[in-house]
Amino acid sequence: MEAHALHKSYGSTTVLDGLDLAIDRGTVFALLGSNGAGKTTTVRILSTLTSPDGGRATVAGHDVVRESRAVRAAISVTGQNAAVDELLTAEENLRMVGRLWRLGAAGARRRADELIERFDLADVRSRRVRTFSGGMRRKVDLAMSLVGDPQVLFLDEPTTGLDPRSRQSVWSVISDLVADDVTVVLTTQYLEEAERLADRVAVMDGGRVIAEGTVDALKRQVGTEQVELVLASSADLDRAARALDVAANLTEGGHLSVASDGTAAHVRHLLNTLERHGVDVATIRLHRPSLDDVFLTLTGSSTGSSTVDRAEEVA
Amino acid sequence: MRDALEPGWVVSDSLTMIGRSLRLSIRNLDALITAVVLPVMLMLLFVYVFGGAIDTGTEYVNYVVPGIVLLCTGFGSATTAVSVAADVEEGIVDRFRSMAISRSAVLTGHVVASVVRNAFSTLVVVLVAVAVGFRPDAGLLPWLGAVGVLLLWVLAITWVSVCFGLLAGSAEAANGMTFTVLFLPYVSSAFVPVETMPSWMRPVAEHQPITPVIETVRGFLLGTPTGTTAWLALAWTVGLLVIAFVAATVLFGRRTAG
Repeated sequence: MEAHALHKSYGSTTVLDGLDLAIDRGTVFALLGSNGAGKTTTVRILSTLTSPDGGRATVAGHDVVRESRAVRAAISVTGQNAAVDELLTAEENLRMVGRLWRLGAAGARRRADELIERFDLADVRSRRVRTFSGGMRRKVDLAMSLVGDPQVLFLDEPTTGLDPRSRQSVWSVISDLVADDVTVVLTTQYLEEAERLADRVAVMDGGRVIAEGTVDALKRQVGTEQVELVLASSADLDRAARALDVAANLTEGGHLSVASDGTAAHVRHLLNTLERHGVDVATIRLHRPSLDDVFLTLTGSSTGSSTVDRAEEVA
Repeated sequence: MRDALEPGWVVSDSLTMIGRSLRLSIRNLDALITAVVLPVMLMLLFVYVFGGAIDTGTEYVNYVVPGIVLLCTGFGSATTAVSVAADVEEGIVDRFRSMAISRSAVLTGHVVASVVRNAFSTLVVVLVAVAVGFRPDAGLLPWLGAVGVLLLWVLAITWVSVCFGLLAGSAEAANGMTFTVLFLPYVSSAFVPVETMPSWMRPVAEHQPITPVIETVRGFLLGTPTGTTAWLALAWTVGLLVIAFVAATVLFGRRTAG
């Protein structure tokens, strides 16, 4: 799947401003960004629901504008609002989508049964979706998206508004999809979600991708991991600082932060050294830069650079 | 759409959507009951309460039934507008659009279900009317004529409702818009002869689509001469149908485009 220089404006508001993306088959790709970053518009263009004002995009080898029908035959979309008929039962919803996927009446029934089994909906199959909780509704919605065995699945904020338990169950469903060689494109505001599910992440801001890569690579861009040592007394702190040759200004309130590669071997070495020097370590914490750090650093710097641009214009 | 769909699939998709809309109609019991009970209540009200005071030159029940049937289509149109608006407002239309299916099938489903709903509520109204003394004096052919005119009217008003549904941003707004259709029968010859209205209002009542349609149905069922009214009714109905159909098609394209 590829997108090249996508542009989209609504009136005078530019939503996408030269978006480039390349997504490999069978991977989970997360579009990460705050509200208004252009995530949903990107998904709508890639899923043929909206046409771009400029640029090109291909999904499953087909152009989203010129070959939209071929694209539609390969994809499924689960939008922000659950796209289910509330007055129909879970089973009826699934069978309706099955018929629209040309499975025939018998085929649609079989496929509905499979998905009901897989999504653990057997107890509620004959209940109207209106009576479902948000999490169950989302499950039905996801199941409907899988009726046609899509090659590419778009999930627009799949867990927004769900309670933690429902979020966990949606996550496990998405993880299972990867095993079936489905390409998943998901948008999210939750860094934890991208970290948990995605092979690669694109951070979006102001209608373009400001960083792209694996979660680990993005974190490395921000900084290394740190081992934080909490020491029993200030005497221990001094001894530790001397033993590890750490500048005293890195110590703070009985804590000592040491750069680390995060491996067990390095932590063991660190603790052994401290023990040899008679340092009493109370507790240790491993601090990895989170995607929050990545996100804030990246979007923060981009705001910074645009301020500079403006300042230069004025000058 | 450059890559077109085979006609067979258009039929198949439409049938699936018709099944969906019919099922939703039955499940949406409140709306169904409203669309049947309200006109029946109004008919009883007019026949037993107001009817005695209104001189139409014939049994009032015979006079008022065609009007009630048209009023009934107004209530039916509210349901149609609301369900179209709800589909667009909620995510389901996006799901359908992201599938390789016939685009128009969703609207076909709504329209056919609307006609079926209206036919059903009209039948109930007519049966109750017969029970309270409605005695049309018509042969088979005039009956068929009346049914034909009513079906055409229902189809036209359905497409107008689809337009309302597509124009409105929400189900509530769509419901509000159908007020116009609900109100029109009162300013027509539905309940009282137009001649009894003040002179400034008479042109309004005479030159709106409901009056000729009602007069034509009356003419067919009660054997009164229809004259040019039938042609006028036909012109109004077909005109409305064509305009609403084109408008709905354009609106649907616009509402569901990026």
